Amino acid sequence: MSNRMSYFCSTIGRKQLIGLTGIGLSLFVLTHMLGNLLIFVGPEAYNKYSHALVSNPAIYIAEAGLLLIFVVHLLLASFINLKNRFSRPQKYAVASSGPKKTTWIQKTLWHQGIIILVFLILHLITFKFGTEYLVAYDGKEIRDIFILVRMAFEDPKYVIWYIFSLIILGLHLHHGLASSIKTLGFNHPKYEPKVNCIAKAYAWTVSIGFITQPLYFYFFYKG
Amino acid sequence: MAGSSKQTLKLNLKIWRQEGPNEKGHFMEHKAEDISPDMSFLEMIDVVNQQLIKKGERPIEFDHDCREGICGMCSMVINGNPHGPEKATTTCQLHMRKFKDGDSIVIEPFRAKAFPVVRDLVVDRSSFDRVIESGGYISVNTGNAQDANTLPVRKENADLAFEAATCIGCGACVAACKNASASLFVSAKLAHLNLLPQGQVEAEDRVLNMVAQMDEEGFGACTNTGACSAACPKEIKLENIAKMNSSYAKAKMKSRS
Ligand code: FES
Repeated sequence: MSNRMSYFCSTIGRKQLIGLTGIGLSLFVLTHMLGNLLIFVGPEAYNKYSHALVSNPAIYIAEAGLLLIFVVHLLLASFINLKNRFSRPQKYAVASSGPKKTTWIQKTLWHQGIIILVFLILHLITFKFGTEYLVAYDGKEIRDIFILVRMAFEDPKYVIWYIFSLIILGLHLHHGLASSIKTLGFNHPKYEPKVNCIAKAYAWTVSIGFITQPLYFYFFYKG
Repeated sequence: MAGSSKQTLKLNLKIWRQEGPNEKGHFMEHKAEDISPDMSFLEMIDVVNQQLIKKGERPIEFDHDCREGICGMCSMVINGNPHGPEKATTTCQLHMRKFKDGDSIVIEPFRAKAFPVVRDLVVDRSSFDRVIESGGYISVNTGNAQDANTLPVRKENADLAFEAATCIGCGACVAACKNASASLFVSAKLAHLNLLPQGQVEAEDRVLNMVAQMDEEGFGACTNTGACSAACPKEIKLENIAKMNSSYAKAKMKSRS
């Protein structure tokens, strides 16, 4: 019987995994953003925080987990995207309009994901695997990630690309987060408007929080 | 007809023509004249068809039956919108007074892999029938007709089940969805049966089987855009889909097979 189809092969099951991993990644970007805000405290606080993170042995487990969540999210979303394309082999000549229309934010969720992927790869190359400058605090040498960030954001091209990507992340979370919650089965008429609001506020808090960094360095930071 | 002396409309129509399921289709341009604003959209096509027949051409084929918004047959996409621009309206209930003289109207069939075009605007929606066959019924013996109110049903559930039961299975949700997902239809049928005591016994198998059949038919995934609910002539609520999602996950977890 067809009901023997595995949960992981069903569209709903896969969408729920995309939603769950998406929520996991949303939590990660929030903590990442909050950590970044230490930049406003100063180089020392920022570098020490970064050092505390990477010198903790649990970092490998955390990174492996994060990578796994990311890969699952990406692969399942790509697969579902392909399936969705097959579900409508012939497109409409005219797009819907008025109350029946689908917003471009909703239509481009997968494309947003691809931009975020490209951003992430470049981001890791620039920062995580970027040049290792060193700085000494209380006689102990640690990596000076602050200077790397400052240098990266001296380049207007990089600043624009960074801001663009983070706006895309905001858009992705803008629909993705609220949708994930519904996919996981929560859509109660009493709470739905509030949950939607909170999800959207979350999305833009994360996005804008990140964007403050390049703006700060490019326009306000005076070594 | 009294009160219908308003001036008639001239319309520039672009209508999808396709000889058969495997044929390549194309848009036919047609200038429709003398269209009364009192006509329904389907009556407008009737008039166009008369004109085509007079010219010796093949009339446009389209599905329709009740023409009063209850059967769900009149499937077509009008200027990109399933059942046209109006909310809570089937094509047969859409009136030409909603259009202006000189308007261009593009008419396409519902487009989805699971709804293959049969001819022109007619699509084959038997995939919905197969979803219903997979569990959209109650097969336990519910006895003879009972006295009113002997079977207690919570008022709220009765209302929600009734709302869901107003789905006429027209397929506009699939047509409107960017992914051609049938989630709104399937979830409405599930809510309709699973919220009532008679539906309880088979509730879990029902959700497992109907969701599996929905996938097998090649419908896409739900991204909660809400376009389905907006296009639904009966305004079936999006929240039914979330209910389906959670009951599917729960049933999968409990299922021993
Ligand atoms: S023809 Fe029956 S609903 Fe339109």
